[in-house]
Amino acid sequence: MSGLVVIGASYAGIQAALTAREAGYAEPVTVIADEHALPYQRPPLSKDFLRGEIDAQGFLMHDEAVFAGAKIELRLGHRVVEIDRQAGRIALADGTMLDFDKLVIATGSRARKIAVRGADLDGVCYLRSIADAADLKARLGEAGEIVIIGGGFIGLEVASSAAKLGKRVTVIEAASRLLERAVSPAVSRFLLDTHTRAGVEVKFGTAVSAMIGDGGRVTAVELDGSIRLGADLVVVGIGGIANDALAVAAGLECANGIVVDEHGRTGCSGIYAAGDCASHYSRFAEGWIKLESVQHAQDQGRAVGLAIADSHEAYDSVPRFWSDQHDLKLQIVGHAARSDRMVIRGAIEAGRFSVFNYRQGKLVAVDSINNPADQMVVRRLIAAGISPTPGQAADSSCDLRSLLKPGRKAVA
Amino acid sequence: MTWHHLCAAAKLSEGEPLGFRVGERRVALYKVGDDVFATDDVCSHAFALLSTGFLEGHVIECPLHGAMFDVRDGKCRSSAYKDIEAFKVEIHDGEVYVQLGGGAALEATGDGGADIKP
Ligand SMILES: Cc1cc2nc3c(=O)[nH]c(=O)nc-3n(C[C@H](O)[C@H](O)[C@H](O)COP(=O)(O)OP(=O)(O)OC[C@H]3O[C@@H](n4cnc5c(N)ncnc54)[C@H](O)[C@@H]3O)c2cc1C
Repeated sequence: MSGLVVIGASYAGIQAALTAREAGYAEPVTVIADEHALPYQRPPLSKDFLRGEIDAQGFLMHDEAVFAGAKIELRLGHRVVEIDRQAGRIALADGTMLDFDKLVIATGSRARKIAVRGADLDGVCYLRSIADAADLKARLGEAGEIVIIGGGFIGLEVASSAAKLGKRVTVIEAASRLLERAVSPAVSRFLLDTHTRAGVEVKFGTAVSAMIGDGGRVTAVELDGSIRLGADLVVVGIGGIANDALAVAAGLECANGIVVDEHGRTGCSGIYAAGDCASHYSRFAEGWIKLESVQHAQDQGRAVGLAIADSHEAYDSVPRFWSDQHDLKLQIVGHAARSDRMVIRGAIEAGRFSVFNYRQGKLVAVDSINNPADQMVVRRLIAAGISPTPGQAADSSCDLRSLLKPGRKAVA
Repeated sequence: MTWHHLCAAAKLSEGEPLGFRVGERRVALYKVGDDVFATDDVCSHAFALLSTGFLEGHVIECPLHGAMFDVRDGKCRSSAYKDIEAFKVEIHDGEVYVQLGGGAALEATGDGGADIKP
């Protein structure tokens, strides 16, 4: 059996497989994943699922019948251990070999591990898969004091969920503000206020020096070599690492992710990559980037699926990300790398505002709190390369939608 | 299958979807050119109202997570999300009616459903 083989059954892999089918790819399609669960949505793992508000059936991507209907064979619970690009064959952990004409590497990312003394104690957890989430949820039920290492998206979402469940939560962040690399200072401040009000304590500029345990179980986190913070449960959220080991071993070019072009093609004909594991050149960042978001994995997966079915459509979506913390919706559109000017639109006090980031006079990214309407307009502005002036951006009464219509000035 | 009156066609304008409650259901109406389309108003992915989303051509974008649906058939552009239901629409004497399944359980609220857009 040959045809298309996809490694990874999440957003990028499933999108690539289904799109290839819809676009007319007629050869066999096999999707292989080391996880045992049917393809599911990952964002709820730190949100509703962790809080026990939905069960695992509630966020599957599709019923099994959808895959069968599209003639896509899912091989769950199998790990790919090698890609032989010369032979056009992959090897599974159980020794099975599978031939391919086309291969999609959609292996995503894994949680970065913390390298301090005591890191392997029981009760030091990570969150990436539904198995991790189920384990964390069970532990959360018994824990009182939770220490979260890393004030990134996953850490902050787990903090929100744990606080909502009535736990005492402390977040340890090495930088001087929350989400430093992803959002503007005004949004960081707003998030900090929200977390503080919900009872979450955040310690900045602090590094974890060790985990302290008793009988193999974590009991405290040691900070800066001296302070001890009691903990029944430690959740580490210090970023993701691209799962590119298979690609590296196969000799594919990797540089902070598997290097691909605008159709998700690697340098090796017939081999593609998409999603968290891939690195691509983005006109929105004006550089090579590796994105970790649902939107990116889906849209790049779609470009790959189309390329496989020989109907090429370049991946050119504006990057988008969302995060739910406490009762607020944070959304980010664009890429703020090297931005040099920020303009606030809306009322921070009212809890509904956006920060417009400019790079050399060009609008490149907008972070919003509780303001999906701004996000939807701005995505189109950025895609079209239209920049409202900073004055228009700051003026909430200026209808930015009118800028989208060609030949029209913004209506004040 | 029952037809439900929603509103006057004149109430709809291009690019401004409207949301309605019909019994337990929420329905969104969209005007594209001279045509009117109706779908589920609730996104298949998470609770968000599509009528507060962005309509471009025949595609409605969910305000929260960017899922995109074709208003003609409810099909989702992203493979990870389920499609939504699209309903038949008819316009009689300038009034918009949609056909919803499920029969008796569905009763239009009041005179033509509550407009839930701010
Ligand atoms: C807790 C959590 C919350 C998140 N919340 C948000 C959010 O709110 N918004 C947002 O935009 N993004 C969010 N993300 C990020 C988003 O989920 C990822 O960007 C997205 O899942 C990437 O999709 P992917 O298909 O590239 O890879 P992944 O989802 O990482 O899937 C890759 C799959 O491949 C499998 N795999 C890897 N190697 C092998 C192998 N050798 N053999 C077989 N299988 C293999 C993996 O086990 C995994 O199942 C969140 C992520 C997490 C973990």
